[in-house]
Amino acid sequence: MVISDLLILAGFALLLRLLSQGKNRSLLLLVASTLAIFWLQPATPIRFLDFWLPVLTLFVTVISWLVTTETTQKQDRRNWLSAGIVLIIVLFIASTRYLGLDEILTSSRPPNFIQVLFGLGFLSIFTILLKRFSRPTSSWLVGGMIFLLILFLILKVPQFSLWTSIGLRSLVEQSTTSASALDIRWLGFSYVAFRLIHTLRDRQGGKLADVSLADYLNYIIFFPSFSAGPIDRLPRFVKDLQKPVIFFSPELGDAFYRLTIGIFKKFALADTLSLIALNPQNAAQLQSTGWSWILVYAYAFQIYFDFAGYTDIAIGLGKLLGITLPENFNRPYLKSNLTQFWNNWHMTLTMWFRAYFFNPFTRTLRTRYRSMSVGWIVLITQISTMLLIGLWHGVTLNFVLWGMWHGLGMFVQNRFSDWMKPRQGGISERPRLQLALNVFNTLLTFHFVALGWIWFALPDAGLSMHVFARLFGLAG
Amino acid sequence: MDIKFLRNVFLKALSLFIIFNLILMALPTSFKGDQLSIYNHLVPGRERFPFGETPRQAYNFSLYDVDAMFASHELDSPKSANIKRIFVMGDSSVWGTLLKPEETLTGQLNTLSLSCKDNSLYFYNLGYPTISVTKDLMLMQRSLAYQPDAVVWLTTLEAFPLDKQLASPLAANNQEILQPVIDYYGLPLTFEPQPNALLDKSLWGRRRAIADWIRLQLYGIMYAATGVDQIYPDYTPAAWDLEADQNYGQYKPPTLPKEEMLFQALPAAKDMLGNIPLILVNEPIMISTGQNSDLRYNYFYPRWAYDQYREILSEVSIENQIPLIDAWNWVDATSFTNSAIHMNAEAEQAFAERLSEQLLSRLCD
Repeated sequence: MVISDLLILAGFALLLRLLSQGKNRSLLLLVASTLAIFWLQPATPIRFLDFWLPVLTLFVTVISWLVTTETTQKQDRRNWLSAGIVLIIVLFIASTRYLGLDEILTSSRPPNFIQVLFGLGFLSIFTILLKRFSRPTSSWLVGGMIFLLILFLILKVPQFSLWTSIGLRSLVEQSTTSASALDIRWLGFSYVAFRLIHTLRDRQGGKLADVSLADYLNYIIFFPSFSAGPIDRLPRFVKDLQKPVIFFSPELGDAFYRLTIGIFKKFALADTLSLIALNPQNAAQLQSTGWSWILVYAYAFQIYFDFAGYTDIAIGLGKLLGITLPENFNRPYLKSNLTQFWNNWHMTLTMWFRAYFFNPFTRTLRTRYRSMSVGWIVLITQISTMLLIGLWHGVTLNFVLWGMWHGLGMFVQNRFSDWMKPRQGGISERPRLQLALNVFNTLLTFHFVALGWIWFALPDAGLSMHVFARLFGLAG
Repeated sequence: MDIKFLRNVFLKALSLFIIFNLILMALPTSFKGDQLSIYNHLVPGRERFPFGETPRQAYNFSLYDVDAMFASHELDSPKSANIKRIFVMGDSSVWGTLLKPEETLTGQLNTLSLSCKDNSLYFYNLGYPTISVTKDLMLMQRSLAYQPDAVVWLTTLEAFPLDKQLASPLAANNQEILQPVIDYYGLPLTFEPQPNALLDKSLWGRRRAIADWIRLQLYGIMYAATGVDQIYPDYTPAAWDLEADQNYGQYKPPTLPKEEMLFQALPAAKDMLGNIPLILVNEPIMISTGQNSDLRYNYFYPRWAYDQYREILSEVSIENQIPLIDAWNWVDATSFTNSAIHMNAEAEQAFAERLSEQLLSRLCD
């Protein structure tokens, strides 16, 4: 996203804040977010896919709402209004092809109306059947999660993405020879999937009440956090959505403060650091040990300022719209151990994995394998959680290695902390030693994380090993 | 957060921004002293001037700030007692398009470890990849602050036509530096009038220069880390078969109009350097033997125009007592790369060896 796009979104959000004083806030926000997801979706090499991907986001959201919602809520007529508004917006966007407004709201020309009507008709029939037959029962909810995981695999496993690209290219009569795994750029799907799985899983656990279609859609496609999080929770989001918005309030000041900070982090700091940050090109060219460390540090800070900047921007835009999104970063590089780092880095993702994988998995191991030692349980759960987080970024060896790096790191730190507990008393009584240890631990944690980014930033393990060798003076 | 507090912050920031801009507009823009730079301090100085169109790949880019360019160059370091500084000026053939720093003319000359009367000679690459003698004069004048012991100036016909002089973006964007040179030597050149000169002096007007300076420093880190300052893509070789066109640009045979060539740049350079020896070199060109090579030497030059240029250059250099080395045909035509003036590394080496003999005889006697 460039700064002009961001200023347009901020202006748009401010206008919405002005208009959102009455009852129709949810519907207004729905209109805005629906338009925004089409506008934000980048162009794809596959013809018309940049139109159909946002449509699919809306479709997946609607069917998830259907399987998580009781029949009584489904029959509320206000939901028909919401669905109708979304449908009209999609048709309006499709009609921009004929109004001379194409490539304003979408990256490329939308498909012709026949194709749009056929596609929407097909999706509508599926939706109506689902509305008629689905129930928020365990089987439907688990089915929904499996469906999302399949979509996730299609997008993240390069071979599956390639096959899908070939299939879609054949469908729109495009050459399949230039098909690539990178063709399907479904903006925001990763975060959409997290939110949807949260609703499906919490519904299965009986922790989620029914919400209207408008509120559900607003939660899933809320444009400030659509592409890069944070990952909010539905009940908290809806609570904010139902609060009245006062145009001139301290929240407005907070919003601009966070936007300013976010813009500075992203466009001044991160984009500047990107000039000297480690990347696949310069990794292969490194000649000097000292400067190689600088490039690794630059990457560590670039990724932090980039992501934390986007989070600030999302929180700022959210506040303009009266929604307080959760924090995602809390000075992660100043933490003195790896567990604290992960409690303060991409916090909403960590909490998501803790809630929906780590805790249930740990409970399962403890109840089913009572004889298993704590150490083994910690090792298995930490590594598997971090592996999943790695794989979420992409199904490649380097992301697996990055996950392993952190999983093993957290296991070692966990065991070391346990070993240190009885010895901690003596250190606590000596403040200077405690301070020195804290500084050392913070530096150690930072360097462990920074070195871990070498797996993350580079596309293959050989190149990463070359950088490690250079850093430690082992390269020829 | 209190909205009034933010409003006050905004108003104060705006006031400070306006005051700061007004102060900047009142100050002179041309900075004559040493410029702040991480080069030669935190990172090694560059062996050639910053230039390039692919900064993310080459860690190098074109900028117009001559002071920043010099501050990033390896010559912006203290002069050693027993080392004579020889500045080699010229165009892209000196700068070294498609060549690594050690493969350029200066790189090859330095590999020869030449010395003169117990003094080592170190050749600095002050070439810049646009062809204009006025641009060379500008850089030559700025280079005087770095105490050259001699200047070797490689040039070619293409650098002399009047209409080429300010076509170099580096020259065109440095009117403040060049105009006094033009006025002092009475050169027949006129800059386009520049609107909003006052605004250009503000922070807003200087934003490009400031951003360029920051990028130059950051790319210094990448240069230090990788040693890369240019990318080496596949290229289309210089044209071998030539058009049956006898014209040299707008000039038609049989006479090259001397008055439309800036040969006045030669006495100007001689005067500018004072007692510092100046050696002029007519740089090697590709002499094609392909189709229509009876009419043209290469893509740039028809034979009649280039032959007349050599005669004029010889006359002017004799008139002004500037030693001239006419190296135009020293290099085999097959040794050129993507242009009729760009040589490969082997040819640069051979050229440097032959040139070094001539240079030593002129510099050491």
